[in-house]
Amino acid sequence: MKRLINRQPSSVTRAFLGILPLVLALLVYQWGSTVRKAENPQDKLLPGFVEIHDAMERMALTPSKRTGELLMWEDTKSSLKRLVSGVAIAAAIGLTVGLLTGAIPLFGASLTPVITVISLIPPMALLPILFIVFGIGEVSKVVLIVIGVAPFLIRDLYQRTCELPREQLVKSMTLGANSGQIIFRVLLPQILPRLFASVRLSLGAAWLFLIASEAVASTDGLGYRIFLVRRYMSMDVILPYVAWITLLAFLIDCLLQQGSKRLFPWYHAAK
Amino acid sequence: MIEFRNLWKNYDDNVVLENLSAQVGSGEFITLVGTSGCGKSTFLKLLLGTEVTSRGSILLDGRPIADEPGPDRGIVFQKYSVFPHLTVRENVALGREFECGPIFGRVFGSARKAILAEADHWLESVGLTPARHRYPHELSGGMQQRLAIAQALIKQPRLLLLDEPFGALDPGIRKDMHQLVLSLWGQHKLTVFMVTHDLSEGFYLGTRLWVFDKCRMDPQAPERFGSTITFDLPVGKTDRQSLDKIKESLARSAQIPVAV
Repeated sequence: MKRLINRQPSSVTRAFLGILPLVLALLVYQWGSTVRKAENPQDKLLPGFVEIHDAMERMALTPSKRTGELLMWEDTKSSLKRLVSGVAIAAAIGLTVGLLTGAIPLFGASLTPVITVISLIPPMALLPILFIVFGIGEVSKVVLIVIGVAPFLIRDLYQRTCELPREQLVKSMTLGANSGQIIFRVLLPQILPRLFASVRLSLGAAWLFLIASEAVASTDGLGYRIFLVRRYMSMDVILPYVAWITLLAFLIDCLLQQGSKRLFPWYHAAK
Repeated sequence: MIEFRNLWKNYDDNVVLENLSAQVGSGEFITLVGTSGCGKSTFLKLLLGTEVTSRGSILLDGRPIADEPGPDRGIVFQKYSVFPHLTVRENVALGREFECGPIFGRVFGSARKAILAEADHWLESVGLTPARHRYPHELSGGMQQRLAIAQALIKQPRLLLLDEPFGALDPGIRKDMHQLVLSLWGQHKLTVFMVTHDLSEGFYLGTRLWVFDKCRMDPQAPERFGSTITFDLPVGKTDRQSLDKIKESLARSAQIPVAV
């Protein structure tokens, strides 16, 4: 018998072991729900799977009586639009500023302290200011995501740029490159895969800021919906919405990972 | 062609090189040896332009050398010399692309084709033609160094600087690389400075061997005095005796600890 630390699960066992906790969680939930329903058939805290299914059918497949829209898809669409534009803008800022401050010491000297200070401001504390300045429309929600995520991306990519071996810069100079050429041909292509990695890490924060701003002031969106139906204790809507948000987050993460592997095979193979 | 005039280099109180003077003609192949911390790498950095001299000057063709790296001096480091995001061929072509694409360092169309053809020619001369579409991480250590050499040679630099280029390679591969460097040096009339910590490598490679060591030594303050060239031997005239003499002299100074 091998030592425990040397025993590797086969791929079937691995899949089974991976799914096991999820199945157990569902079973525990089902059991809890049944117990509570037996006590009080009107219980709303732990709705059964049938109720959740009905609620989903209402939200995702039946046009709303008031607006004629399929609410869950509309919510998803507006939330994703905010999330993607916020993260995309933050990524563009993070890449530009991080790369330039890392590559050009004169830039870094003047911007790094400011960025450090900005990154310490809790973004949620700025939300009221954003509402005052940009109104409660789309802009303030996107800006909150940008403010929340960009400083992290800038600092991370600054660090990554500085970490690239000094030898590569010297080598480029001996090949006759000027500063711009070094940035475009040597630094930028090597920072892009690192941008993908940083964006993946910052997605959790981006979702947090999205849900928070939708909860405070919005008329649609996934975060808006769950905070709206909270008033009616509609756990049968909240729970599947949370699961749906999780699934979306997971899919975006996979998409970024696969995209990075496809675009930068040299980066993933060398690691 | 290149002249070192009373060269000094110190970091605050720590003198690394002191009063180093020498002249090197075009086409010479100089190997620099010495114990670790003897200043041979610092010397190469001065020549490369990543460090500046504290006193004295380095003249290339009678004019002071630029204080930042430039295309007149090619370099091969022990590692990180090649760009991981470019294929072997693109790595070599890069030097020419920088010349022809002044802003983004990119060229297109027939100009690019000509550059790639030239890159293929250099890859041929270092024996990397079969690997030209691969990425550096797919190459062995020896092949990566071959690539780094081809990459430097496409610019046809006045000086080729090699900073312990084969230190991380297996002995067998190292022999092959010696052959390659010697044949390239002969073919292209290069002027080469090679730093190595392997005395025997320095002993039969090239035309001239420089040993870096301290002439004066204060055991209480080893940083007080710097190194200079203690042996300057034409490689053709070297023999067993002088090898032993150098070894002995290096061993003596190695016994006195060097402050870091």
